[in-house]
Amino acid sequence: MSQGSMAQTASSAVDYNMDVVRWGALATVFWGVVGFLAGDLIAWQLAFPALNFDFEYLNFGRLRPLHTSAVIFAFGGNALLATSFYVVQRTCRARLFGGKALPAFVFWGYQLFIVMAAIGYVMGVTQGREYAEPEWFVDLWLTIVWVCYLAIFVGTLLKRQEPHIYVANWFYLAFIVTIAMLHLGNNLAIPVSLFGTKSYSMFSGVQDALTQWWYGHNAVGFFLTAGFLGMMYYFIPKRAERPVYSYRLSIIHFWALIFLYIWAGPHHLHYTALPDWAQTLGMTFSIMLWMPSWGGMINGLMTLSGAWDKLRTDPVLRFMVAAVGFYGMSTFEGPVMSIKSVNGLSHYTDWTIGHVHSGALGWVAFVTFGAIYFLIPVLWNRERLYSMRLVAHHFWLGTIGIVLYITSMWVSGIMQGLMWRAHDQLGFLQYSFIETVEAMHPYYIIRATGGALFLLGSFLMVWNVYKTIRGDIRREAPIGVSAPAAVQ
Amino acid sequence: MLLKKHHFLEKNVFFLILGIFLTIIIGGIVEIVPLFTMEQTIEKVEGVRPYTPLEQAGRNIYIREGCYNCHSQMIRPFRDEVERYGHYSLAAESMYDHPFQWGSKRTGPDLARVGGKYSNAWHVAHLDDPRSVVPESIMPGYPFLAKKELKFDDAAEHLKTLRMVGVPYTDEQIEDAVADLHLQATADEDYDDFLARYPNAATGDFDGNPEKLTEMDALIAYLQILGRMVDFTTYNPSMNLR
Amino acid sequence: MSTHVEKDNVTGRETTGHQWDGIKELNTPLPSWWVYVFWVCIIWSIGYWVVYPSFPTAHGYLKGMFNITERSKIEETMANVAAERAPYMERLAALDVDQIANDSELLNFSMAGGKAVFAENCAPCHGTGGVGNTGFPSLQDDDWLWGGTLDDISQTIHVGARWSQNDDTRFNDMPAFGKDGILSNAEISDVVQHVLSFSGRETDPAAAERGTEIFADNCAACHGDNAKGITEMGAPNLTDNIWLYGGDQATITETVTNARRGVMPAWEGKLSDETIKMLAVYVHSLGGGQ
Repeated sequence: MSQGSMAQTASSAVDYNMDVVRWGALATVFWGVVGFLAGDLIAWQLAFPALNFDFEYLNFGRLRPLHTSAVIFAFGGNALLATSFYVVQRTCRARLFGGKALPAFVFWGYQLFIVMAAIGYVMGVTQGREYAEPEWFVDLWLTIVWVCYLAIFVGTLLKRQEPHIYVANWFYLAFIVTIAMLHLGNNLAIPVSLFGTKSYSMFSGVQDALTQWWYGHNAVGFFLTAGFLGMMYYFIPKRAERPVYSYRLSIIHFWALIFLYIWAGPHHLHYTALPDWAQTLGMTFSIMLWMPSWGGMINGLMTLSGAWDKLRTDPVLRFMVAAVGFYGMSTFEGPVMSIKSVNGLSHYTDWTIGHVHSGALGWVAFVTFGAIYFLIPVLWNRERLYSMRLVAHHFWLGTIGIVLYITSMWVSGIMQGLMWRAHDQLGFLQYSFIETVEAMHPYYIIRATGGALFLLGSFLMVWNVYKTIRGDIRREAPIGVSAPAAVQ
Repeated sequence: MLLKKHHFLEKNVFFLILGIFLTIIIGGIVEIVPLFTMEQTIEKVEGVRPYTPLEQAGRNIYIREGCYNCHSQMIRPFRDEVERYGHYSLAAESMYDHPFQWGSKRTGPDLARVGGKYSNAWHVAHLDDPRSVVPESIMPGYPFLAKKELKFDDAAEHLKTLRMVGVPYTDEQIEDAVADLHLQATADEDYDDFLARYPNAATGDFDGNPEKLTEMDALIAYLQILGRMVDFTTYNPSMNLR
Repeated sequence: MSTHVEKDNVTGRETTGHQWDGIKELNTPLPSWWVYVFWVCIIWSIGYWVVYPSFPTAHGYLKGMFNITERSKIEETMANVAAERAPYMERLAALDVDQIANDSELLNFSMAGGKAVFAENCAPCHGTGGVGNTGFPSLQDDDWLWGGTLDDISQTIHVGARWSQNDDTRFNDMPAFGKDGILSNAEISDVVQHVLSFSGRETDPAAAERGTEIFADNCAACHGDNAKGITEMGAPNLTDNIWLYGGDQATITETVTNARRGVMPAWEGKLSDETIKMLAVYVHSLGGGQ
């Protein structure tokens, strides 16, 4: 009935540090809702610009970085922090390195980073680099926190009582190391004054652009892919109670993934003033990345061999498996969109936005929801979640939300791309730019509606988490069992 | 065999880290370093100059307001883009852009060559309330820009910092930074020396309010120079294929 | 924990013998389709590197077999477009703008081209289809500040109005009668009443009468004795009840007090001469071309 409590008793010999994991799980839920809320607000702003209120602190331009950072770094980052601290302890059978203080410093230091960044965005303090908006002093602070994070993780690995390091930890480690490198490389800037917020990037123009997308693409590759694959490699086999499908595949796809991913950045700069040779590398390495990415999907899905029936009864596992499905979809879509001729159509349009969200909502958020639903009863020693039915409702609200989101963005993106390049019979541009903006309106409404459903689902999660922690259990019939009489 | 060798990495954290680091460092080195060393990366053009203090202040406002979230400054070498926006963008045109603002999304149109396309009065009306001039627009309004006094008294410090990262500001330009800032936004002055330092700069009272120097003045000064620096009559495309 | 290889009952595969928190791994070989597709992607990429510019070298980069670049492609594309359009463009270059209408095929072409260029470049100020906006004249009526003939329109597009970067730009300089102290507030009030009377609005007859002389002394030089405007000077007709900034008493008072100096960019240099001809033909057709 509850894998969580079983796991808890199985290795109770070690005194794990679960405080920081508990905080991280709650922070994940909290920032998730904040990030989704900000996202849906700006989605409605695009449909109805009056919602900007012409108010500087609520304008789309300032809230959009708030949304992206809130979901990537606050929601995703806390999910990675919490799960990596949980997984590394459990799979090493070792208490977290650094005593009580260092992990607490990393957790609270990271929250401070988020708050500083968020306040900065709203106040207009930004570097103007996508997903690397925080200014120099925030970056320095994050660097300190991150080094401590690495120290804790590596220290715990060194203390391990298992002879081998588990594959989930390879991915977490690659994520931590690579993000450190990218963060330092992309934020080289000189402040105008030590007492001011403004800095200027060391690089300019084309070099700055490629450095930024080397960072930006690998924020996707290592933060949102490698890190979350680490999560998947623990929680799916654990929840499905099945062995990982292929150890050998995990080796090959791990090394291939981290090697190839780094090269793919230039596909964000196709047809720009970036020289062609770099564009070629960006595109071809993205194509070669397809199978290494799918290695993770295969290992995730095939781990369910012999346990597929659990999907009927366990909506938590359903979240995780659907996440792997969305992961497979977006890591196929990504290489397709990196093909230059496809990118020529898709770039600058909503297709990219849809692609990002099939990864962010479908993969990152869903696998996180699965992990959170797994962890909450374990961390608070509850028999089970307050309500499995609510989890199932959350799953369906989320899924319908995602489908509305990505389909509307496919249509609007492809439509706008085609309208931009449409010529009339005499060879003149058929549509003015503003006509293409007008045509997007219905799709922006559909997208924002999808986002609202996704947000609604996350409210169910908040309620479920709250009730579970309180120790409440909802009396309800088990899911997927055809016994209608047993409801009362 | 290989699997056995991998066991070594699985047991030795530091070698695992080293292996990861060596694996992830390569792509960036091969792709980024040559952009600094390869001569043909930046095209040979005439006319690209550092921004005036007022333009740079406007650029900082452009960044502050997150304009890059919806506007690109990068015209791709496609027929429709060249017809719609003008000559495809060159790397040289953003060589003094710290940071670059090429953008990744066109919720609004590309702005790489918006300079000189519309009058200052239009920009004021449009930034104040976009739908007053373009009813179909979904851009937010920025009425506060015209009300806020421009704070750029430390213009010289900004120019100095930019010089540290490679923008060739002269001592004279740095010395005159604050004076130039005000001069550019004042109507009917003698701009000869200023224009010698910053050819092609738009001058005058941008926001229609001579009483004070506002953020609106700065932002419009920046928008009005976009795409107007390079002299394409002297540009040789076949010399700059890469 | 010692290595303990087991056999998994469901798949029949062996485990690696390790376990972590109860998680085991199967020693399943790589799926062969996965390996094949991976190789196909790699080989395709190598092929692409051979054909197109790819890796950097010590002194440059591998240029690829055919030395194809995006920039050579766009130059070629635009050359092809120019070649396709050449028959029209040559005629456009040769003809004066008012002769285009004699060539129905060319007129058709110009209208289509002018419409596309207008929608992208002019509509932000003049509105979709040239309906105009406060401060940005309507192009659909027959009221023309600088003249509504094809030549006038073409010239205005070329040089703009009060566009300081163009030496030939359309230029006039209405005095700010109030701000600069030329007229007193009372005089302005009177002359505004007089101006209102041109378009048949209800006025204070005594004030309007007093304004007659003020108008003759200060305004008629540009707006004409009959106030019907003088297009050579860009001075608008004040009798037709078409107003660029608004025709109510308050707005006209503001106009007389502070003057108006609308600006239009010069388009020569940004648009080709032929394109400007097409644009002029299109704009001329919108409403009351003269």
